[in-house]
Amino acid sequence: MTVGKEWTEQSIQLIIDGLKHKPGAMLPILHAIQNEIGYIPEKAVAQIAESLLQTRAEVHGVISFYHHFRTTPPGKHTIEICRAEACQAVGCRSLEAHAKQSLGIDYHQTTANRQFSLEPVYCLGNCATGPSIRIDDDIHGRVSLERFDELVASHQQDMKEVG
Amino acid sequence: MSQRIYIPCDTTALSLGADQLAEAIQQEITQRGLDATIVRNGSRGMLWLEPLVEVDTAQGRVGYGAVSAQQVSELFDAGMLEGNQQHESCIGLVEDHPFLKKQQRLTFARSGITDPVSIEDYIALDGFNGLKNAIAMQPQNIVDEVKTSGLRGRGGAAFPTGIKWQTVLDTPSEQKYIVCNADEGDSGTFADRLVMECDPLMLIEGMTIAGLAVHATQGYIYLRSEYPVAHKLLNEAIERAYKAGYLGEDILGSGKRFDLEVRLGAGAYICGEETSLLDSLEGKRGLVRAKPPLPAIVGLFGQPTVVNNVLSFAAVPYIMDKGGQSYADYGMGRSRGTLPLQLAGNVKQGGLVELAFGISLRELMEDFGGGTLTGKPLKAVQVGGPLGAYLPASQWDTPVDYEEFAAVGAVLGHGGVVMFDETVDMGEQARFSMEFCKVESCGKCTPCRIGSTRGVEVIDRIRNGENANANWVLLEDLCETMVDGSLCAMGGMTPFPVQSVMKYFPEELSASR
Repeated sequence: MTVGKEWTEQSIQLIIDGLKHKPGAMLPILHAIQNEIGYIPEKAVAQIAESLLQTRAEVHGVISFYHHFRTTPPGKHTIEICRAEACQAVGCRSLEAHAKQSLGIDYHQTTANRQFSLEPVYCLGNCATGPSIRIDDDIHGRVSLERFDELVASHQQDMKEVG
Repeated sequence: MSQRIYIPCDTTALSLGADQLAEAIQQEITQRGLDATIVRNGSRGMLWLEPLVEVDTAQGRVGYGAVSAQQVSELFDAGMLEGNQQHESCIGLVEDHPFLKKQQRLTFARSGITDPVSIEDYIALDGFNGLKNAIAMQPQNIVDEVKTSGLRGRGGAAFPTGIKWQTVLDTPSEQKYIVCNADEGDSGTFADRLVMECDPLMLIEGMTIAGLAVHATQGYIYLRSEYPVAHKLLNEAIERAYKAGYLGEDILGSGKRFDLEVRLGAGAYICGEETSLLDSLEGKRGLVRAKPPLPAIVGLFGQPTVVNNVLSFAAVPYIMDKGGQSYADYGMGRSRGTLPLQLAGNVKQGGLVELAFGISLRELMEDFGGGTLTGKPLKAVQVGGPLGAYLPASQWDTPVDYEEFAAVGAVLGHGGVVMFDETVDMGEQARFSMEFCKVESCGKCTPCRIGSTRGVEVIDRIRNGENANANWVLLEDLCETMVDGSLCAMGGMTPFPVQSVMKYFPEELSASR
């Protein structure tokens, strides 16, 4: 996922125009915009509505229905912690408490340095080797508290490199 | 010929460092100047052993389990490429491993053996035989073969697949659709994921056969966004299938058309419910539709639509290759064929176990699972996902069979088995069931939308000892209302785990009663 990329009304329209011919184009369009920019900007709602001949309320309704779509910019990395039963059975409750405490944020929040956003997820399908988390598009299994700290640290470093 | 070293590329192997491992092995090959090639295969389903490295030897493929990048140099020194079995990571010949040897793999026959997106590998192990047979048959004969197999929907509802296909075949329309439900949201299940990551061409073949059977020319795989690896591999497999003429406007020169596209969900559990899934595919909020009309008659974009789970479609190539009767020869009672079960949670040997129906839950958890990961006594097991009952030891002799499970108030669902050791707080598990429904309810019907919120509150009161007896009665009543009054299985089954805790572990929900 590219996060924080510059966007303009034209760049969003380009994405919409490339997909609007598809039957049921709404979700593909929302995914493509969020993949490109990291979230769905408010301005895009009107553009999508107009292009798909729907009301802005309908577009907003779809965006707000799905947990995956977000309307505010995420941090550089999104960490999702699996809260579902198979991970509960191997200690995800203490992992999520640890994550919130060490990052200093709750679910649906972003750290002050914009490095991490924290989200819950209900199953990553990695249920035989939990607790599982996802950082951007990488899934990690058997995540102990120490392993979590290591993973966070390795994703902190790239911020220093960038500057 | 260059020696082959296999390193799986499925989510679990990757989540435990398979890519870093492959890099380290490649480096070692180069440094030592060896003639060896890395193949990224699928997973065998022995997930506790991931990443499981296999090397080709004269005796067969020798495996090394749970290998880390740091161990590579040492393993090469210890003669890994010669298949030296002295090393502690070595599990011997992979095919002889008891976890695999005791299984009856029909759907997962190729998983872990092949490169998932290689059409050559797929064909070498019976791939596309079913499709070739189907092309030469009349649609009605294909549907009859599926009926003979006794296959029932593997998503959880267990509706006979052949009958569903018959309805779509019998409903006239210019445009019909094949929709694969790959929104595998139940915690403890990953069999769909393994099919899509380890043998995606089998799913493509199964859906294409379905298209031929009911005159549908367009298929969609509705895949959950939580599966990025499956997404990548499916798209790759579809692209290759198009190039090789297994998809498109002229399948294998038959003049018959079938197109296939993957569509991503967006993190809504409810979209695993078939009518909600169809609304989502149409680009709307994933609200559940009232039935009737059935999707087989009024489905995607109002057209007749086959909606089946990944595992249902994945069973079809075998059925069309070896015949429906050969599939039906496995199983018990009205549960025919095999069920891919998934051992998850607090389990020592977690993974995929495909067996004919009939094994007991206890055998599955002990003989295959090897007990709990922590080594502490097993206390409860939740079968069939977040809407399935928690079963105590007294129920573990129940055979894996749709009707036997229903008889004890449990569901087999999608075959996920989540094990919990003695440290689990069952009151907290009951609360989570309601909390999950509160987060994931589509909101269309009142018992589910409001019932789940009230359910969390009432359970909190019981756990806090506030009017525990009165609130207990209220919770019983609320559960009954949700079961009887909800539009779909989400609200209708959320009470099952709660009621099972009330029945089997009452003291843990309310110490103060």
